Amino acid sequence: MTSAAGQSPPTARDSGLVGCRRCTRVWPIETEVCGRCGHALQSRDPQALQKVWAWWLVGVGCYVPANLYPMLETRTLVDSQDATIVGGAVELALHGNWGIAIVILVASVLIPVGKFLVIAALALGVRYRSGLSERLRHQLHEIVEYIGRWSMIDVFVVAILSSLVQLGTLAAIRPGQASLYFALSVIFTMLSAQAFDSRLIWDTDPAPKPAAPAERSPA
Amino acid sequence: MTHPADRTDLDALIACPRCDALYKVREPAHRERAVCARCHHVLIAPRRGAGAQIVAVALTVVVLVVAATIFPFLEVSVGGATNASSILDAALAFSGSGLFLLLALAVAALIVVIPVTRALLVIYVIAPLVFDRRPLPHASSAFRLSEALRPWSMAEIFAIGCAVALVKVADLATVSLGPAFWMFSVLVVLVVAQDSFLCRYSVWKALEREARPT
Repeated sequence: MTSAAGQSPPTARDSGLVGCRRCTRVWPIETEVCGRCGHALQSRDPQALQKVWAWWLVGVGCYVPANLYPMLETRTLVDSQDATIVGGAVELALHGNWGIAIVILVASVLIPVGKFLVIAALALGVRYRSGLSERLRHQLHEIVEYIGRWSMIDVFVVAILSSLVQLGTLAAIRPGQASLYFALSVIFTMLSAQAFDSRLIWDTDPAPKPAAPAERSPA
Repeated sequence: MTHPADRTDLDALIACPRCDALYKVREPAHRERAVCARCHHVLIAPRRGAGAQIVAVALTVVVLVVAATIFPFLEVSVGGATNASSILDAALAFSGSGLFLLLALAVAALIVVIPVTRALLVIYVIAPLVFDRRPLPHASSAFRLSEALRPWSMAEIFAIGCAVALVKVADLATVSLGPAFWMFSVLVVLVVAQDSFLCRYSVWKALEREARPT
């Protein structure tokens, strides 16, 4: 790949072309479907940011009940208790399990909240020229896309615990309401991050006005 | 619309899917990688003989997931009562009322159905290429679906979840690892390996070349 250092390479859009985001094949900009892989082509989706915000809002909306309802309902011979995400972590910390408490807080609070903030910052950065460099914003997006899936681990742990700890009257764990909301929140946040088109970060020029079909006269 | 001359030229171009930078393709040598100069996304990373490896790994993934689904992967015992749980049990732990049933299905999809589907799709697409046959019908749609499913294949996350669950139960009961736990651990390594061997550009190129009527 040849490109002068420090100078931004030409983009497919600048060259009147559209690149397939699935298979990287290049087509004339008015092409609608990639002839190689069949993926829908769009140089820039004018509604991309709206989709990001829509998924983002539902994601945040689901994250609130995920923290209010219990994640796990534990019943043992002596007592039964409902633990919310934060409550469970505090409990562990009080029992001296600082390490796990911190892991849980990072995985279920710090990372989800961080994801919401980063996606919002990325979407706002496209609309209102961000002060952060393109490289940094691009890396943030890659990190959010990579880390997003890993938040599902909480839901899996609840699933494993509640299938495993079914010991009749001795001990039983049941999934709480929050596990459902938490799973939905993770899924919606993933969709929000996927809807964000990282090419928008690099578009310093305003998008060219879409040419009316009539202007593109057949050769 | 397009000038016929443009069409042949476009074949030699590649657009970075992450930042839209446009490059003239210069195929890297075996084990070298072509990386976008602007956003450092890996564009092309060919490996000779990768096709056969990928098909072999995909077959192993299918066998492992099916086996790991049936055998128990963790077993707890406390005060004489024991309970073993398989991956299917874990997925179905949510199966209660309406919405929880949806969650059970989603969990089963994420840890079993999607990983297996991806492996099968990859075999379907790549096996003919390995044996120098023409691609099977709809191979490009199959590969596109497999790529779209990639972020939703969460077998490896589930495996780490097992480890976390182990720690959490440890003071409540005695836990022992079942055969499926080890199968899943191998699976995690394989899934990661498969994704790093697979050069998407090479596959698309091969599908395009083979599909062209001669």
